[in-house]
Amino acid sequence: MTATVHSSTPTRRILPARDLAQIAIFAALIAALGLPGPLNIGPVPITLQSLGVMFAGAILGARKGSLAVLLFLVLTAVGLPLLAGARGGIGVFTVSPAAGYLYGWLLGAFVTGYLTARLLPKYPFWPALGATTLGGIVAVYLVGIPVMAVNLGLPLWTTLGLNVAFIPGDLIKVVLTVLVAGQVHRAYPGLIIRPTRRRA
Amino acid sequence: MSDIRFEQVGQRFGDRSVLHDVNLSLTEHRIGIVGANGSGKSTLVRMINGLVTPSTGTVTVDGQNVARHAREVRRKVGFIFTNPDNQIVMPTVQEDVAFTLRRRGLTPAEIARRTAAALDQFGLSEHAEHPAHRLSGGQKQLLALAAVLVAEPATIVADEPTTLLDARNARRIGNLLQTLPQQVIVVTHHLHLVEDFDRVIVIDEGTVLADGAPQQSLATYRSLLLA
Amino acid sequence: MIGLYSPGTSFVHRAPTLLKLFLLSLCVLLIGTSPNPWVIGGAAAGALLLFVVARVPVRAAAAQVAPILLILLVAVPVQGLLSGWMIAALMAGRLLVAVALAALFTMTTTVTAVLEAFQTLLRPFGRFIDADRVGLLVALTIRCIPLVSDIVREVLEARTARGTQGSLVSIAVPVVVRSLYAADALGEALIARGLDD
Repeated sequence: MTATVHSSTPTRRILPARDLAQIAIFAALIAALGLPGPLNIGPVPITLQSLGVMFAGAILGARKGSLAVLLFLVLTAVGLPLLAGARGGIGVFTVSPAAGYLYGWLLGAFVTGYLTARLLPKYPFWPALGATTLGGIVAVYLVGIPVMAVNLGLPLWTTLGLNVAFIPGDLIKVVLTVLVAGQVHRAYPGLIIRPTRRRA
Repeated sequence: MSDIRFEQVGQRFGDRSVLHDVNLSLTEHRIGIVGANGSGKSTLVRMINGLVTPSTGTVTVDGQNVARHAREVRRKVGFIFTNPDNQIVMPTVQEDVAFTLRRRGLTPAEIARRTAAALDQFGLSEHAEHPAHRLSGGQKQLLALAAVLVAEPATIVADEPTTLLDARNARRIGNLLQTLPQQVIVVTHHLHLVEDFDRVIVIDEGTVLADGAPQQSLATYRSLLLA
Repeated sequence: MIGLYSPGTSFVHRAPTLLKLFLLSLCVLLIGTSPNPWVIGGAAAGALLLFVVARVPVRAAAAQVAPILLILLVAVPVQGLLSGWMIAALMAGRLLVAVALAALFTMTTTVTAVLEAFQTLLRPFGRFIDADRVGLLVALTIRCIPLVSDIVREVLEARTARGTQGSLVSIAVPVVVRSLYAADALGEALIARGLDD
């Protein structure tokens, strides 16, 4: 079953069928990772959903990865209980203190994918770790924490303090993502097409 | 019934030659294609509706070059895959059948009527509103057939449609394929499925090894398996 | 595809989706910007009344609102110490009412209706976004959730069958790779079934 897929239509679609299917499968993967619910490690609830978001960026790249996250968010917004703990609906996107994290995921998948594209096909460990940390943690918190501060009416630094407890768990997810993405890119090359550089 | 022609068809994936020098004219009602794993038979049938474009040569359906007229050809040629799970694309049974009819300029009432008729034909009516993933393996392959036949294609191409099914369901799907009024082209390892077909083609190492009446072709293939 | 919808026939259920969405946005905006405790108290009473009229099961409603209570448990004391208990109470009240109203919308509107409303809202942007394709992608994803869950289950079973414990990486890699192969096959099926017609 190594046949290549061609969508030979006169009008070139922006997203070929295979990309469409990959986006849907990863959106489903993010959803499936939320089904077990949050795991409590000490006092901190850890959800695997943000792992799915890191996977999407590091494995599918900026465009397909962030579209997969967007699709997952749309599904949640229309009322499917897909967020860890069977939550969903438009409330989680607007007034919920954690609303910003959902938008942060979108940026995070994009940043992770954008940087990962520049590390392929070699995908060296330490730079990949840096790229995934920037996308999967820094970018996500960059959006998540200010929104939480606004929605809770708390100062920025206080809110940051409330979130420090999540960082160790997120770092573990980053390492896991890099190890998994490295093997996946070897087993299935060509997932992220590196933008061709214009000659100067 | 379609007139399907392969002219000087070759296919390479990288430096691996999968098919070479294939010349065929497929006009019979029921055609079986057999061959070992990796012989190139799956690639061959995927060329009939443009899922694979040949590296060299041309494939035509009723005179239309598949590479250039994939859209028109796909309306004539329905395709059944091995794994029914991977060809169900919509959440519920009914929606999955209706998916085939979208963008064909039909009214919603007409789509509903045809969908209901197809589900009824395959005994799936009671599952119409159910999630498709809850169906059994055999029912999923029935759903795949219903979803293809609802569009009334002239030809059905099936790539190992019974490989993942248990014996009973394999026989059921096999019987169904044998009794369809449409032209049927079946790739299979279940040789009894094609024993009373009009023609059987043996593919070996990317080329046509035998082609003709089932008895002769299957005898050649069996001796190949023993060699 | 039931989602969080809780069936009913009240006027809250029957109201047009776009109207509900508009009123919800308006209320949330009003509650969010008003410094007046009476406004928030009134909104809370109104929300409670709507829940009663809609006959939403208490348990289902509580499940959607409860996570906010957990966050408030931490945030209210911090807020109270930093900027006074009145402000902390207002913040908590705002948040609870807004979350409750959003949950009410979600629980009284079917997924299909919300999806249709979204598609209607997207229509003016038809030049940039193909609303039909968005609908298709949403349906395809809902189909893929059991597909991916099956893959996860099979990989875990294979691991148990081999009797190896295996690291998280050795579970995640086959799950992702098999999901990608499934995506290939789905892509082929979409084309064969006339996706681009």
